[in-house]
Amino acid sequence: MTDAPASVQVNGLVKRYDEAVALDGVSLAVEPGELFGVIGPDGAGKSTLFRILVTVILPDAGAASVDGLDVVDDYLEIRRRVGYMPGRFSLYPDLTVRENLEFFASVFGTSVEAEYDVIAPIYSQIEPFDDRRAGALSGGMKQKLALSCALVHRPRVLILDEPTTGVDAVSRAEFWDMLGELKRGGLTTLVSTPYMDEAARCDRIALLQTGRLLRAPDTPEAVARSFRAPLVRVRATGERAALLGTLRALDGVARAEVFGEWVHVTGAGEDAGALALRMQRALEGQGWSEVVAEPVAPSVEDVFMALMSDPDPTAEVNHG
Amino acid sequence: MSAFRSFVVKETRHILRDRQTLAVLLLMPVAMVLLFGYAIRTDVEDVRVLVVDAARDARSTDLTRALASTHALRLVGVVGGVPQVEPALRAGEADVALLLPSDFARRFARGTAEVLIVSDGANANYAATAESYVRTVVQQWAAQNGGGAPVVRTATRMRFNPTLASQNLFVPGLLAFVLTLVSALMTAISIAKEKETGTMEVLLVSPLRPLQIVVGKVAPYLGLAFVNALTALGVAFVVFGVPVRGSLTLLLVASLVYVLVSLALGVLISSRAPDQRTAMMAALLGLLLPTLALSGFIFPIASMPGWLQPVPNVVPATWYILVVRGIMLKGVGLAVLWKEIAVLCAMAVVLLAAGARSFNDRIE
Repeated sequence: MTDAPASVQVNGLVKRYDEAVALDGVSLAVEPGELFGVIGPDGAGKSTLFRILVTVILPDAGAASVDGLDVVDDYLEIRRRVGYMPGRFSLYPDLTVRENLEFFASVFGTSVEAEYDVIAPIYSQIEPFDDRRAGALSGGMKQKLALSCALVHRPRVLILDEPTTGVDAVSRAEFWDMLGELKRGGLTTLVSTPYMDEAARCDRIALLQTGRLLRAPDTPEAVARSFRAPLVRVRATGERAALLGTLRALDGVARAEVFGEWVHVTGAGEDAGALALRMQRALEGQGWSEVVAEPVAPSVEDVFMALMSDPDPTAEVNHG
Repeated sequence: MSAFRSFVVKETRHILRDRQTLAVLLLMPVAMVLLFGYAIRTDVEDVRVLVVDAARDARSTDLTRALASTHALRLVGVVGGVPQVEPALRAGEADVALLLPSDFARRFARGTAEVLIVSDGANANYAATAESYVRTVVQQWAAQNGGGAPVVRTATRMRFNPTLASQNLFVPGLLAFVLTLVSALMTAISIAKEKETGTMEVLLVSPLRPLQIVVGKVAPYLGLAFVNALTALGVAFVVFGVPVRGSLTLLLVASLVYVLVSLALGVLISSRAPDQRTAMMAALLGLLLPTLALSGFIFPIASMPGWLQPVPNVVPATWYILVVRGIMLKGVGLAVLWKEIAVLCAMAVVLLAAGARSFNDRIE
């Protein structure tokens, strides 16, 4: 990264709603040109963080800047410079694709024609449906339209709150391809998602849980590598909950979590191969059939689960 | 296109594309004028009169003939005895009975004649009107036959003006109702909708300022309200012959001020309401109900209990209805109505300022 000032700088942000703490001292920096992901489940504080950055809510403590501008003092200027997609579909369903796009262009004092080159890679995919009402689009097309609308004024920073939530897997993948393309164009993008598997598409990620970062932001690879404990995935025919219970009761099992069709088992004090062998034998000894237990490379989700469930995690936290 | 202009275009599109709501909004003034004009009229026609003629002389026969020849009255019978009155009213064969005493002609000549009018009190409004019809005919007959002196005394004094039809009275109130509905309710719902669907968040994160958003929101409704006002006046004139005796220009200017007041109230409601449902309930209970019930439209202010009587002063529709009645029915102008119009203008200024201030630059 260059030593240009950060595109987004967040220092100790705190936001409370009555009793609930939505943000509890979050700090991070997004470098120019970076595709930065904020990963966390519902209620982690992602939307609150983004809403403070796009200046529609005020923080209770801490400071933040976007494109070098303070989110409280320079909020009007920030509103001209960011492209924002809120968490829910926020276009006008009764207007056509073209009308939505033209409306947002003119609000920013420009036109679709003048900015065509910016939005072309995304907009061209929905352009054949120009006359269709936005409400009649499929989820994936709605997203593309929303992204086009957020891009049409050439924002300096793109802030996307859970853009892939509620969209099918193919559209999700396509959407991340588009974000990758925008990144190649040099656009700084801050994006949030509850899907751990999308973390790998980001340059760097921050793991957010109950208003706090679980670890310092880093590349997805570094985050995954920070998981140092032996990890094994296990599968067997039978009741998943019973399998989970059985595994958790075994010696030397720090944690067992469901990951899709597998159960990920974290051990301690032995290598993954030895752990896998031990799990295999133990399960077969208890009468489980078709048992598969094999070492597996840790993912961001493994790190997230480890950090979330264990205040003193076996995974080493890298500060850097 | 400028940001503001495209905002107005967008709002207009929202209105035009919501066909059902638009149809309701455009047809409602027509429907309401017709409904009020035909169904809720307080005029009474075809009043069935039973005459109890104990005298059976030239005078009483002449009076009976006068009743029978009155357009709004229908003579259902002439009987000789009082006992037949109650069964006739109870059976619904007659609405009202006129009782003439046996010495009617003699007392009439002396100027001390008395007659009794008995009406069916089951429908109080109808009875009062029917009674006043009969009384009017009796008084007119007496005046014609007694050299103009009021020789028939009646217990109550209720002026009957056969030219003041009830449809003249409801049009001003109806105008206030329709304008409140379109301006306040629709604006409140429209702004609350942007909040509810999340588009307000996107609008805020743009160079648009809240004032532009608000003005852009209300502008199309201003036009719609204008169309509605003209529709209501037009239908009232064409179908019921309700006149605008004073200046149509002054009427429209006053309506514009009233629409601004309503729009500002709509904006104030929407700034507090998180969703469309809340905005609608607040506008219905907080604005439309007072416009109907506390403005003198349906219930006369004079007949409200004492503690309630000051309340209509803060209801904008009260002042607007006074202005419209003055212009339409009395044909008076600014010289008479300046006070009411000034009150409306003051309300507009205060509420517009409050409405603009209430509109938050952020979403909390």
